[in-house]
Amino acid sequence: MELILFIIIAVVAVAAALLVILGKNPVYSTLFLVTTFFCLAALYVMLGAPFIGALQVIVYAGAIMVLFLFVLMLLNLRDPQSWDITGRLRRWLGFAIAGGVLLVALAGVKAATSDTPLDPKLGSVESVGDALFSKFLAPFEIASILLLIAIVGVVSLLKRDAGSVKGGR
Amino acid sequence: MTPTLPMYLILSAVLFCIGVAGVLTRRNALIIFMSIELMLNAANLTFVAFSRFLQNVDGQVFVFFVMAVAAAEVAVGLAIIVVIFRQKESVDIDRVNLMKW
Repeated sequence: MELILFIIIAVVAVAAALLVILGKNPVYSTLFLVTTFFCLAALYVMLGAPFIGALQVIVYAGAIMVLFLFVLMLLNLRDPQSWDITGRLRRWLGFAIAGGVLLVALAGVKAATSDTPLDPKLGSVESVGDALFSKFLAPFEIASILLLIAIVGVVSLLKRDAGSVKGGR
Repeated sequence: MTPTLPMYLILSAVLFCIGVAGVLTRRNALIIFMSIELMLNAANLTFVAFSRFLQNVDGQVFVFFVMAVAAAEVAVGLAIIVVIFRQKESVDIDRVNLMKW
C-alpha cells in the first residue's frame, strides 16, 4: 500500500517538475513547482521526517514561492496579459495547495500505520534540534551569518540601484 | 510493501536531471532559478532517504542547512534579476552579456 502511494507521489512530482521546465508561462511554472515541493514534503513525511516535511512546506512552498510569484508579478507589470491570469492563478494555486496538503496528510497516515514502523525518535523535532544545537552548532551559527549577509546584500543591491535611477533622471 | 532506498534515489536522480535540463535549455532567468531549486530539492530527498535507511539524523540536519542556503540564494538571485530587469527590461539571459568578453 505504501508503495502505491509512493508511486503516485513520485509520478505527480516528476510530471510537475517536467511542466516547470516545459511550460511557456513562468506563472504556471511557479505553480507546478509548488506542487513538486508538496510532493517532496509528502515523501519526507513518509520517510519519517515530519520536521523536515513541515520545513519544506513553510520555507519552500511558503516563503520561497511567494518570493518567486512576487518578483514575477513585479516584472510582468507592464504586460497586460499578466493581469488576466491572476484570477485563474488564484484558483489553480488553491487546487495545488489543497492537493499538496492532501498528499502530505495521506503520507502521514500511511507512515503512522505502516507495517514496518519507523523509529519515532529519528526525525522528530527533538532529535533534529539536539543534533543541530550540539554537533552542528558552529555550522548553525554560520548559517545565521549567511542569512544576515543575504539580507544586507539584497538591500544594498536594490537600494543603490534605486538611488542611481533617481539621480539619472 | 514499502518503497526501498533505490526507489527514492532513482526519483531523486530523475528530479535532478529535470533540473539540469531546465538550467541548460531555458533562457528565462526565473525558470533557471526554479530549476536550481528543483536540483537542491532532489539533493534534499537523497539526504532524507539516506537518513531514514542508515538510521542517522545527520542527513536531516544537512537538509536544514541546504534550505537556509537556498533561501539566501533565492533572495540574492531574485534581487539581481530585478536589478537586471530595471536596466535591460528583460530577464532573458542571452541579453545579459555584461561579463562576456
